[in-house]
Amino acid sequence: MNEMLRFDRRAFLVGAAAASGGFSLGFSTNGAQAADATPEVNAWVVVKPNDTVVIRIARSEMGQGSLTGLAQMVAEELECDWSKVTWEYPTPGQNTARKRIWGNYNSTGSQSIRQSQDYVRKGGAAAREMLIQAAANNWKVAAAECSAANSIITHQKSGRKTSFGKVAAAAAKLEPPKDVVLKDPKDWKLIGKGVKRLDTYDKLIGKQVYSIDLRLPNMLIATIKDCPVNGGKLTSFDADKVKGMRGVKAVLRVSDSSVAVVADTFWNAKTALDALPMVWDMGENAKVSSASIADMLKEGLSAEQTYIGNRQGDAAGAIAGAAKKVEAVYSFPYQHHVTMEPMNATARYTPEKCEVWCPTQNGEGALAAVAEASGLPVSQCDVYKVHLGGGFGRRGRTDYVTQAVRIAKQMPGTPVKLIWTREEDMAHCAYHPITQCKLTAGLDADGKVTGLQMRISGQSILASLLPQALQNGMDPIVFQGLTPSSPEGHLGYDIPNVLIDHAMRNTHILAGFWRGVNLNQNALYLESFIDELAKEAGQDPLEFRRKMLKPKHRAVLDAAAAKANYGNASKGIFQGVAQIMGYGSYVAAVADVSVSDGGQLKIHRIVGATDCGYAVNPAQIERQIAGSFVYGLSASLYGEITIKDGAVEQQNLDSYTLMRIDEMPRVESVIVPSGGFWGGVGEPTIAVAAPAVLNGIARATGKRVRDMPLVKHSLKNT
Amino acid sequence: MARLNVNGKSYTADVDPDTPLLWVLRDSLGLTGTKYGCGVAQCGACTVHIDGEAMRSCSVPVNMAEGKKVTTIEGLAVKGVLTKVQKAWLDNEVPQCGYCQSGMIMAVTALLKEKPKPTDADIDATLTNICRCGTYQQVREAIHAAAKA
Repeated sequence: MNEMLRFDRRAFLVGAAAASGGFSLGFSTNGAQAADATPEVNAWVVVKPNDTVVIRIARSEMGQGSLTGLAQMVAEELECDWSKVTWEYPTPGQNTARKRIWGNYNSTGSQSIRQSQDYVRKGGAAAREMLIQAAANNWKVAAAECSAANSIITHQKSGRKTSFGKVAAAAAKLEPPKDVVLKDPKDWKLIGKGVKRLDTYDKLIGKQVYSIDLRLPNMLIATIKDCPVNGGKLTSFDADKVKGMRGVKAVLRVSDSSVAVVADTFWNAKTALDALPMVWDMGENAKVSSASIADMLKEGLSAEQTYIGNRQGDAAGAIAGAAKKVEAVYSFPYQHHVTMEPMNATARYTPEKCEVWCPTQNGEGALAAVAEASGLPVSQCDVYKVHLGGGFGRRGRTDYVTQAVRIAKQMPGTPVKLIWTREEDMAHCAYHPITQCKLTAGLDADGKVTGLQMRISGQSILASLLPQALQNGMDPIVFQGLTPSSPEGHLGYDIPNVLIDHAMRNTHILAGFWRGVNLNQNALYLESFIDELAKEAGQDPLEFRRKMLKPKHRAVLDAAAAKANYGNASKGIFQGVAQIMGYGSYVAAVADVSVSDGGQLKIHRIVGATDCGYAVNPAQIERQIAGSFVYGLSASLYGEITIKDGAVEQQNLDSYTLMRIDEMPRVESVIVPSGGFWGGVGEPTIAVAAPAVLNGIARATGKRVRDMPLVKHSLKNT
Repeated sequence: MARLNVNGKSYTADVDPDTPLLWVLRDSLGLTGTKYGCGVAQCGACTVHIDGEAMRSCSVPVNMAEGKKVTTIEGLAVKGVLTKVQKAWLDNEVPQCGYCQSGMIMAVTALLKEKPKPTDADIDATLTNICRCGTYQQVREAIHAAAKA
């Protein structure tokens, strides 16, 4: 029982620290060092008397490794001993109280490193200067005569030395420098190195506390059921039927469409919820099916009213006058994120304070949700982020946080941990949007593309989740990777006449941010169609692309092709290529595939190349590339959420197949950072997985797959 | 009242006999290293050893585990000394989010007991655990490294 006691104590410490509300204790931590009363040097850096360096991390760690990358960037400028680095999360509540000193907490859009690199490095540099100044003051010498390296400050002339830990308390009292100069990238010692992650060990021994593992004194556990059809209502439920069941403490309405059972254990809560009689009003949306959605999208392919994302020249005219016209229609289904850890959050409400522990990608959004659901001002709320068992965009939403608070508010003083069943998770996601795309192009007599039209018809994520962000009705995110010019990601091809537009067709099924977002299907549509054009032009798909690609796009494709020894595949192996720009990075892939006469697909190898400008931790980037291929290939092979009577049909992982190790191709990554910009790495490679494989399949079979997933075409990967 | 032997220690838990072992481990015994992923024996995040055999604890009623030796992820390392599988996982930096890795490590530990030098085909045929971060390449490398250790 020793283990259990220790665990409870640890969780209690987090809770106790949170309850005290004092600044130095206002941190949630999974790191080795719990927050204590050591004063900070600045917002980013705490140095303890024993020289331990605690680096504050605002973004959420969900496996992507940015926790370690961010710490590397602070430590680079701080000049501290990397082996003494640990970390902690400042809470969103503290960020609000301190006028957002830690900036943006969002860990979405592959932005954690690239959008905070400047201010986190400056934070490290400012702390270093303060520590040096404190040592110089002690020695009564000029700070300019002192330098720092490996957590040691040295006065060059006298050879005197001291450590960060010895001067940190004095440094904490100094005015921060107004301006700091960041290192030239050529002088980096830690950035660019594949140092080991800071958060591996506990994950190997079952000690890593995920949000779902959290335990607080007197905590109860809840599970919830929301109306299977989004927009429907829970007419009534018969709580008396289950109130006497084992461990049941309460049966609570959570919203007009949901009910929760609160019990002593998850299993008792689930057993009672399964037995609870419920009457639903499924509403009008129950008439919607996958077939009706497909019909609506099809109509959008020829609709007159559209939003235009990219218009150059006269595409229609160029295509009409072309020597050859090529047209194809593609489609991409709804996908589910399936974070390995189901949705959960623990809330404790009193009339004075509401606190939530949760695995969020969106700390500040979660805090706002707590305030709204509790009815308390933000200053009386806080959110403690706990390690995430996967995020993939799903945990940017705060629906499960709102539910946990609504439950806890009905049981003041008692902490309640809400855990969704996987079935609830499958039914209540904001899914990767469904779209269809009609592509039309004109080729001249030399096989040159004179005009390209892409009509995207389908759902808008912003219309589902953030309608206030629509721009005169238009969802600009729809055009990821296809815009004329954007540091986030623009169309890589120099084609004189282009028209890319969107017929927005929304359904009651929520569309959400799914790792890679709209870049995924945009790359699939564009890069598959480019191969179709190459075939019509009688040209090699790599050479066909190279002629019209912008330099950085071409360079990364060349890097992938070189690594894959493109054009020299063994007999029976066919190579497919794809490239795209997204999240500020240029990516490309070459897939080596074979297809047997019986339709057995084998993806032998996939090469991924990335130009992310600066590569902070190449070892983690390699893992993001490999992981992105898995995410993209799993969707390509199997991923499809279908709708029947308004509800999601796939209820668990026995009906929503995910890729396993037996289908994992060998991944080789090429990191070619060209410098001068900061691109993301967590998402863009997903987008080239599908088109590279589809292009390989088309070359192997002569048949073009235009609707996903591959399992529908009897193509089973082995 | 269920009587269990977990990681060499005796426990009692006041639960219904058909309660899945997973939830007894997590909610009654506080052994939360074993994870809930699907509840239908698909994902493998809940894998434990029952008398040395890898089993999906979400689908094992607790009464089936009585009188047997249950080992969870918390029971692998003895006095802080990692097993060769855990060591290979550390050296190869396998985990990303890490949520599936308890089950992955338990499944691989059982595989190596059965087949100390597994081929890629053995791994493909045996290891059906799901990882959404996509660590499969590192998992495979770490299995071969552990087999050599």
